[in-house]
Amino acid sequence: MGKRILLNAEEINIILNRLACQLIEKHDDFKDTAIIGIQPRGVYLSDRLEKLITADYGLKKADFGKLDITFFRDDFMRGNKVLKANKTDINFIVEDKNVVLVDDVLYTGRSIRSALTAIQSFGRPRSIELLTLIDRRFSRHLPIQPDYKGRQVDAINDERVIVSWKENDGEDAVYIIQDNNG
Amino acid sequence: MGELGTNHLLGIKNISKDDIQLIFETADHFKEVINRPIKKVPSLRDVTIANLFFENSTRTRLSFELAEKRLSADVVNFSAASSSVKKGETLIDTVNNILAMKVDMVVMRHPNPGAGVFLSKHVNASIVNAGDGAHEHPTQALLDAYSIREKLGDVKGKNIVIVGDILHSRVALSNIFCLQKLGAKVKVCGPNTLMPKHIRSLGVEVEFDLKKALEWCDVANMLRVQNERMSTRYFPSTREYVAQYGLDKEKLNQLSKEIVIMHPGPINRGVEISSDVADSNHSIILHQVENGVAIRMAVLYLLASKMKHYKN
Repeated sequence: MGKRILLNAEEINIILNRLACQLIEKHDDFKDTAIIGIQPRGVYLSDRLEKLITADYGLKKADFGKLDITFFRDDFMRGNKVLKANKTDINFIVEDKNVVLVDDVLYTGRSIRSALTAIQSFGRPRSIELLTLIDRRFSRHLPIQPDYKGRQVDAINDERVIVSWKENDGEDAVYIIQDNNG
Repeated sequence: MGELGTNHLLGIKNISKDDIQLIFETADHFKEVINRPIKKVPSLRDVTIANLFFENSTRTRLSFELAEKRLSADVVNFSAASSSVKKGETLIDTVNNILAMKVDMVVMRHPNPGAGVFLSKHVNASIVNAGDGAHEHPTQALLDAYSIREKLGDVKGKNIVIVGDILHSRVALSNIFCLQKLGAKVKVCGPNTLMPKHIRSLGVEVEFDLKKALEWCDVANMLRVQNERMSTRYFPSTREYVAQYGLDKEKLNQLSKEIVIMHPGPINRGVEISSDVADSNHSIILHQVENGVAIRMAVLYLLASKMKHYKN
């Protein structure tokens, strides 16, 4: 199994600051903005952005939430993997809000497709944008592209991109792992 | 963990504690879903479910139907009163005819104990028992235990008394299995004539004095007196039953502590429970009903996830 590092902690920090600034540039004081992390792994990224935007940049008007997409996925009853749900935490109405969906890796686009449906259960947003730390281009199954992206990667299909977060995995890093399948 | 150990929900007796916990955890998520502005998820949109009710029901049937619709399943309803069962069709024939119309799951209530088990051996669909005679009513037991867990934090170590018509009650039997699996202590209380003969073999204590039982318990589950199943008189008069086993404010006020009151419905107001108790804040009767939908969504979702329609 080959493992190489794509981003280290310092590079991730720079990227997070840039992404936060890009959001501020577009969303001004965040009065009508809701930033929503997709469960499970997008939530670490949205939590970091929340800290940057509210604490470091002092902009406190945005709503932050977590969205679980398990019951909206399109692979139910199609595989061996059991889909285990996570907590959804959206205690505001998204009606007429500018929603920013946040996930760590954009790969096939199917999770985002599910999230686009799931978010409708909380109202009709004025707009929806997508922010991802890693954009694996050339591997999309659906016509979905990020509006804000940390780093674009041309990983091939038997490679996996793993994003580690200090809170959960002990370090901030992004790895590309090559599975040894003969 | 992550998948149910069974393809059917026929009773609590044969499912594991892990299965119960998995259903509870999944129900937590569905409870959040049914409190959203839009209460529907698309998970079961290519699943067809038949609700076969060979016996009357309001709550259970509505609750299952709502659960199915909130999961986006296609639903067909059937009740024995208006069907060919009256013309003498057998159970297997009825169900096979319905399955020939490409139904994936069957939710069934039937007056005969074991009807669900029988069906699961003869037809190719996932079966959910919605009550079979005086045998089991698994989703009711799950939602009761889930409601206790929600109210008191945990079921383990709690004292629960089931009061009333134990003899005719499938709710009592499923509740005993479920609560014991989750580590609660269970007593039953009621007139001797309404106690099944071998109830003690399940490891429950029998208490004939309601006051003692209430003083002992954290939760009292008051069962309905099932007049429709009684062919002879089991107690001298309703008035005497109410005096001894009916729960009212006066009996509650005499206790040295607060207890939680449950009832699986439908209530005979003024018989097993008085109106002021049923509507008081000790009672979690309406929470039970709300949780019923979440629990049934969890059961149907978890059973459907084992069907794997599209696997080669």
